[in-house]
Amino acid sequence: MSLRRLAPPEMQPASFAFSAENAEWAKATIAKYPPGRQASAVISLLWRGQEQEGWVSHPMVESVAKMLSMPFIRVLEVATFYTMFNLEPVGTWLVQVCTTTPCWLRGSDAVVAACKKHIHPHEKTVSEDGKFSWMEVECLGACVNAPMLQIGSDFYEDIDGPITEQMIADLRAGKAIKPGPMNGRRVSSEPEGGATTLTDPTLYDGSMIGKYQVQAPPPPPPPAEPKKPGA
Amino acid sequence: MLADKDRIFTNLYGFQDVGLEGAKKRGQWDNTKAILELGPEGIVDIMKKSGLRGRGGAGFPTGLKWSFMPKEIKERPHYLVVNADESEPGTCKDRDIMRNDPHTLVEGCLVASFAMRAHACYIYVRGEFIREREALQRAVDEAYEARLIGKNNIHGWDFDLYVHHGAGAYICGEETALLESLEGKKGQPRLKPPFPANVGLYGCPTTVNNVESIAVAPTIIRRGAAWFAGIGRPNNTGTKVFCISGHVNKPCNVEEEMGIPLRELIDKHCGGVRGGWDNLLAVIPGGASVPLLPKNICDDVLMDFDSLKAVQTGLGTAAVIVMDKSTDVIKAIQRLAYFYKHESCGQCTPCREGTGWMWRVMTRMVKGDARVGEIDLLQEVSKEIEGHTICALGDAAAWPIQGLIRHFRPEIEKRIADFSRLAAE
Repeated sequence: MSLRRLAPPEMQPASFAFSAENAEWAKATIAKYPPGRQASAVISLLWRGQEQEGWVSHPMVESVAKMLSMPFIRVLEVATFYTMFNLEPVGTWLVQVCTTTPCWLRGSDAVVAACKKHIHPHEKTVSEDGKFSWMEVECLGACVNAPMLQIGSDFYEDIDGPITEQMIADLRAGKAIKPGPMNGRRVSSEPEGGATTLTDPTLYDGSMIGKYQVQAPPPPPPPAEPKKPGA
Repeated sequence: MLADKDRIFTNLYGFQDVGLEGAKKRGQWDNTKAILELGPEGIVDIMKKSGLRGRGGAGFPTGLKWSFMPKEIKERPHYLVVNADESEPGTCKDRDIMRNDPHTLVEGCLVASFAMRAHACYIYVRGEFIREREALQRAVDEAYEARLIGKNNIHGWDFDLYVHHGAGAYICGEETALLESLEGKKGQPRLKPPFPANVGLYGCPTTVNNVESIAVAPTIIRRGAAWFAGIGRPNNTGTKVFCISGHVNKPCNVEEEMGIPLRELIDKHCGGVRGGWDNLLAVIPGGASVPLLPKNICDDVLMDFDSLKAVQTGLGTAAVIVMDKSTDVIKAIQRLAYFYKHESCGQCTPCREGTGWMWRVMTRMVKGDARVGEIDLLQEVSKEIEGHTICALGDAAAWPIQGLIRHFRPEIEKRIADFSRLAAE
């Protein structure tokens, strides 16, 4: 397990409030759960707070606790348990590099090296221009497109050292980059050079509609006839 | 090789329209009412006969699991919870289902919920899958819009479907940790019994199923148990989405027949092992948790639950991680040891302390900075962790290391000998 604490007091902002739009969204989110089970929304609310502010602060934990009628300590537990909550400020672009075995086998070391060179020698440290920070993360679940990294909400896959350097340079220059496989050799998780399956056109021409009909189960055997009295 | 007409996820790669119209054209949401008319028992019966075993890793028969739910709704509502917290290293199949073929899952949720008499279902998506969650939510919204689900829907079974998400905790893929997390707590597994079918989400009868297990259900019911049971091998039936990563020429996801030979899977769909089959060192056949297999076993092993169990490993999530001869296999397993150390929830001492200890020893062994006797000690300690924790994370942390020692002990010994020699010089 990892040891995680809220940022020291001197780093904490004085207050936190959801924007009007996010407060409205929070109401709808809480309503997804049965009455009295509003605590279920705690991860969603903290996440929305992080999207708004970039990281999870002490006042944010307090505010969410109040909104959900939860004790402060219960929300604090959640904020420190789940590793996607940043407990300190991060760069505008938070680059999360997967280094678990499937990505490592395909060269995530080079991706880490690119981040060290172009962002900061240490992970979880904001770059000098304030625009970036990077960190190693555990398996992000895009293993057949390894190595990969996540920036914001998007996955960037099939990368290597030079591609990572280019991505960082583009973002720094204010250029948008398109998520997905980055080496131009495929569009999704299919094998490079074209899918080996799902090539039958009849799957897609509409002929599948009504092709398979549910078979009614065989009728139960008729009940044995009651014996007639006297037979 | 499985024929295209027998594949369930016909938009696995997202080449076709992901929306409802596209899904219908591919035969989804096709007379779903007829499925519900079979009644809960009828559906569960087909699922049992199909032989479908849970696709999340443990391989528990899905139909049987569904049958554990109470047969009538009493004072507590029933829930279906779908485990989309896909985090097992090597695994990325549910991601493709959610982003590219989400209506298979949405329809499956309705069918499975009806079969278990649940009027509400939560899908717990891992926090990092933000785009996948959005794609799934779009499909859910479309289904509501078309009144396929929701109150007073056209299928006659009131049904609400909610997309929920986590925030980065592997342990929440364990079903009771997932329920804790869904209730707004730290994701620490619960003791069983009571089992979720009795006391699950909010203390109510609940079934937790993997995305793939739920998403295949409508097609199985439409095409019949015999169709699904006719694919694969006895007790290991049907189709399965395999994720092949690592040192192959073309890593990919692909839906194939259960029991396909590992070599055929790699050669047909992945362009073979990098540098040819003879360049293969080892394969982790079912996600990070299962012990690896050296090449000589890989030569003819079949990819299903029972075949892999027979060689002391498992199918797990069918995430095949391939390592060629250039791999430092000790380092590969040491990285997994770090993963388990990082992801241990800290509740049970053997796991909390043991995963860190094993990682530290493994880190020394990568360098060779250890004594040969420590290999046995590592094996022993891993056995003390395995089976002594509330959930299977302890086991999952122990197995890869046990597999390494079982098959690559000479490699570790050589590393230690080399290090000692260098140190002495």
